[in-house]
Amino acid sequence: MKRRNFVKKTSLGSLAGILGLDIVYGAKIPENYTLLGLQDPDPFQMFHKDKEMVVLNSKPWNMEAVAHLLDDRITPSKYMFIRNNGLVPENIDVKEWTITFDGESIKEKKTFTLEELKSKFAHHTYQLTIECGGNGRSEFDPPAKGNQWTIGAIGCATWTGVRLKDVLKDVGIKDDAVYIGYHAADQHLSRDPNKEPISRGVPISKAMMDETLLAFKMNGEDIPLVHGYPLRLVCGGWPASTSGKWVNRISVRNIVHDGEKMTGTSYKVPCNPIAPGEEVKDEDMCIIESMPVKSLITYPKSGAMIPKGKKLNIRGHAWAGELEISKVSYSIDFGATWSECLLEKPANRLAWQHFKASIGFPKSGYYEVWARATDSNGVSQPMLLPGWNPKGYLNNACHRIAIKVS
Amino acid sequence: MSKQDKFRQQVKSFYNVIVVSFVLVLIIGVLGITYMMDPSAFSFKGDTPNSEVISTTREDDDWDKIENGIHLRTGFKDGEGLMTVVNNCTNCHSAQLVIQNRMSEERWIETIRWMQKTQNLWDLGPNEKIIVNYLVTNYPPKSKGRREALTNIEWFPLEE
Repeated sequence: MKRRNFVKKTSLGSLAGILGLDIVYGAKIPENYTLLGLQDPDPFQMFHKDKEMVVLNSKPWNMEAVAHLLDDRITPSKYMFIRNNGLVPENIDVKEWTITFDGESIKEKKTFTLEELKSKFAHHTYQLTIECGGNGRSEFDPPAKGNQWTIGAIGCATWTGVRLKDVLKDVGIKDDAVYIGYHAADQHLSRDPNKEPISRGVPISKAMMDETLLAFKMNGEDIPLVHGYPLRLVCGGWPASTSGKWVNRISVRNIVHDGEKMTGTSYKVPCNPIAPGEEVKDEDMCIIESMPVKSLITYPKSGAMIPKGKKLNIRGHAWAGELEISKVSYSIDFGATWSECLLEKPANRLAWQHFKASIGFPKSGYYEVWARATDSNGVSQPMLLPGWNPKGYLNNACHRIAIKVS
Repeated sequence: MSKQDKFRQQVKSFYNVIVVSFVLVLIIGVLGITYMMDPSAFSFKGDTPNSEVISTTREDDDWDKIENGIHLRTGFKDGEGLMTVVNNCTNCHSAQLVIQNRMSEERWIETIRWMQKTQNLWDLGPNEKIIVNYLVTNYPPKSKGRREALTNIEWFPLEE
């Protein structure tokens, strides 16, 4: 019983850690009372997410979709995955929000209020594919470290904002500019104010693209808090970690940005292929840029049973980072034969493309429908896991669903 | 003479003060040590309800309740070193981040080093061995090969 008291006291200590502050009168908390701050917050309600979304981690919050939830042509907020490295900022005062441009390669440091940014520069809207670099990590063997994403860390919403290049041109950047790095208002998990949870970026060439936005609207409305309200960077087709949320500063660098999660092994893969489980030196790791070709069958949900003789209509989306999709095929015999799907053009560059097919089955039984996309360079998705890498990034293996015909 | 008497009296009263002070210090000391040894020694059991009774009668509210081998508050498996893991590994991130992962001893240690180097994790001292042992015992890597079979399929008739 003494042990229980001891444990109780130590858990009060860790409880203080969870809440990030000391609990005054902690010793006087009645036995049966749960502190408000500890009552499990309902993430679905808090972030306006569909109940079928899957929570991977509650601190920091990470949540993914399942394939059939991503059936919409434009991903609604309720099905958009959540990826956080730190703590979602609280008490955002949008009137006071500013964004500062600084760094070695800026001609003169400049700060805009959100209103200035919105009124000074032209607004643009694009549908942009954002996929977490670690989407599909759960399949790697040996297992890779981190949140074990399956297939749902992907979404393609419409984003409205100003072009980063318009703002950079207005501010004035030097010829030696190499990279931009964002800084944001989220807090480090340890609540150490001197630490940033994440500060990544992209090369100047990507920053200067028409579709690279400082966005303030998602699907025509204010960006939801958990997705970066009131201002986020959107770099479609690149690992989602380059699309910084809650952005309040952009540094124009004369070196590759060296912020948090730009160094070490974060968002990097071995420059040369390695055997599964092999060790790689930090200097032999290369930063992930454009995401690879991939596709998802979003209808029907895996597990559909159909009567013999009936055709099965499938549909889904395909995307290929900076590239366009040239072809999507399906197979019902584990890759022995492939048939082509009907493929639509993208709504704009860097938007995913929709495909569909109507499939007949030769006899009753168990089937798997596999989809395989090919990009404009002729590169297709592998049916098996792609090259192993220590952090489990870039798994673009074919998606498949189970079907029974009876 | 009377001066000498007065002096003697002063010395005597000073001596008394010293004796009384010494006795007081002694008593406080003994009480203090007793309290340090057993903080409950001065709680009068008849007057104050015993917290142990409350916590055992209200099992639902046990902060560290374990059900079917699972520590309910965190989701960790019950096992040797559980509370050390709970107290050291769930301050910054949730237990879910640990539970999702499967690593060898070497890679768990590597992960701890990374957290110490970059994420403000403290020196775990002798607890490190307990923690790593708990993790490799309860969450060992599982071989998945190049592609796993589809599992947990929920079959449903497709209406169109």
